Amino acid sequence: MTEALLKVENLKKSFPIHGGLFGRQVGEVKAVDDISFFIKKGETLGLVGESGCGKSTTGRMLLRLLEPTEGTIHFDGQDLTKLSKEAMRKMRKEIQMVFQDPFASLNPRHTVEKILEEPLIVHGVKDKGVRKKRVRELLETVGLNSWHAKRYPHQFSGGQRQRIGIARALAVHPKLIIADEPVSALDVSIQAQVLNLLQDLQKEFGLTYLFIAHDLGVVRHISDRVGVMYLGQMMELADSESLYESPKHPYTEALLSAVPIPDVDSKQERIVLKGDVPSPANAPAGCPFHARCPKGMEVCASVRPAFKEVERGHYAACHLYD
Amino acid sequence: MVTPVLDVKKLKTSFFTDDGLLTVVNEVSFHINAGEVLGIVGESGCGKSVTSLSVMGLVPALTSKVEGEILYKGENLAQASEKRMRQVRGNEIAMIFQEPMTSLNPLFTIGSQLMEAIRLHNKKLSKKEAKQQAVTMLKKVGLPRADELINEYPHQLSGGMRQRVMIAMAMICNPQILIADEPTTALDVTIQAQILELMKKLNEETDTAILMITHDLGVVAEICQRVVVMYAGKVVEEGTVESIFKKPSHPYTKGLIQSVPDMRQKKERLFSIPGNVPKPGSLPIGCQFAPRCSYAHEKCLKETPYLKALSIEQKVRCWLYEDEKESIV
Repeated sequence: MTEALLKVENLKKSFPIHGGLFGRQVGEVKAVDDISFFIKKGETLGLVGESGCGKSTTGRMLLRLLEPTEGTIHFDGQDLTKLSKEAMRKMRKEIQMVFQDPFASLNPRHTVEKILEEPLIVHGVKDKGVRKKRVRELLETVGLNSWHAKRYPHQFSGGQRQRIGIARALAVHPKLIIADEPVSALDVSIQAQVLNLLQDLQKEFGLTYLFIAHDLGVVRHISDRVGVMYLGQMMELADSESLYESPKHPYTEALLSAVPIPDVDSKQERIVLKGDVPSPANAPAGCPFHARCPKGMEVCASVRPAFKEVERGHYAACHLYD
Repeated sequence: MVTPVLDVKKLKTSFFTDDGLLTVVNEVSFHINAGEVLGIVGESGCGKSVTSLSVMGLVPALTSKVEGEILYKGENLAQASEKRMRQVRGNEIAMIFQEPMTSLNPLFTIGSQLMEAIRLHNKKLSKKEAKQQAVTMLKKVGLPRADELINEYPHQLSGGMRQRVMIAMAMICNPQILIADEPTTALDVTIQAQILELMKKLNEETDTAILMITHDLGVVAEICQRVVVMYAGKVVEEGTVESIFKKPSHPYTKGLIQSVPDMRQKKERLFSIPGNVPKPGSLPIGCQFAPRCSYAHEKCLKETPYLKALSIEQKVRCWLYEDEKESIV
């Protein structure tokens, strides 16, 4: 078995809510509430969940773009939460990020060349010639042409911009790439191109991905293992085959059944959940899902279920498996 | 034969821009029968939203030109006066949009916005009766505690609840047609499932026809009976949902269906259509899809194909089917 490249333990993030006359803290939003997982070298871990479940917050904490409230993040043997600001900045050479909106994450006033050179300058490539050569190389790697270097972001389509975003992440030879909804702003035909590119790059450079998305089909396609989050907690984590074929957690079951399938013959049983996702500022006690759960029991309302292995390599947090 | 409730013939919508006249919707024809759910699918920029706005008469008159016929029960809406259109909108044809937050007024309560719609179209009703109707409608779309809800403001509701309010508002005058422009795109999957369920239920109960505009093929398979596939302002394929998913004929439709990652099984590699969607104004001559099409031959680059009926159920705009016998419709 290959070793874990990234190991996250008991990670928490809470944001204070200020209110009242003197701006006292009147509560907190538990955006990420005690989650643990690991990613092996060369694999893709998918993280799915509905809006507000804390999947993006988790991604940002791994890079310490948001400071974790509690917990540890071990990357390549080092605890990232203990690093100084400067050491962390250097560490970001190893961990890069691809963002959702290729329209907002590229500076409109810079040429593509300048955008791609920036990470190289920050991480100490001093020779201008080397940098220019690397930029051309990067553009070709992601399926663009080297003459695109002189253009500005607005001259590209959405899919091409996302390729530039990927090239920027690749510039400094990272080991881990955190992709936060990298294809959700794209049309299906373009989405397929970008997903294929990500897979090719993984093979070519031996990259490890944390792939954050809300589209369950996309996540299954690209991930080796998948974690399902709900209200800041990890509900289930397993390799994608067993998660999609035999989900253990009632939330995963409902989530999977809710996806409309583009096939007229598929008449799957749909579990339509009642109500909305509760606000994380006012998360229910016990299991966060108990109020909407079709299989809810008495114990679910008071005791938070432990996240444990229910089958080999298949983790779930649910009282059904006590 | 059933007469369609809406029959759009050769709809052509163009916008006046600095670069001249841009045709965004190019001779689009389709019809909806009473009680039917018709889907229009396509990627961004294919003209599906402009089609729906043209039907509603909502494209800005000063900067655009709408040609062709929009026959609503035999009446041509493309020629109708603004006064007549105001009666049609809401009463006969209603519309819901993608982002429910931006289509509700944040300064007014849910109740007053619903009552406005009721009283605009039925001036005889008293305030009390209108309020009563609003509450009944909110209950009908499955909203809990409707009596309190009418006194609340849009920001107090979640995304799914807001979309339910929008549906309630659209359905309150019993329209013949409901145009839904990407109604579930901004919602999470579990909420999307609830809204689709609700739309199906209303369609069955009230016999209102639905024109569903979406980019999501899953939604189409879920709710529609017939579907129109658009590409670069044109209809490239049209047929029953059954025929489109089982026997897609146009290379674009085929590619589109194959590019969606399937949740039920893992493929090694996704099929992808090379290239990008062309921009209006710089459309290629001949078949618009030809530059991205792996089946394209010489003729495709020169002549524009016509929409040919392959069977009673299916029409396709592609030269590949030129030699096949045209079935008589």
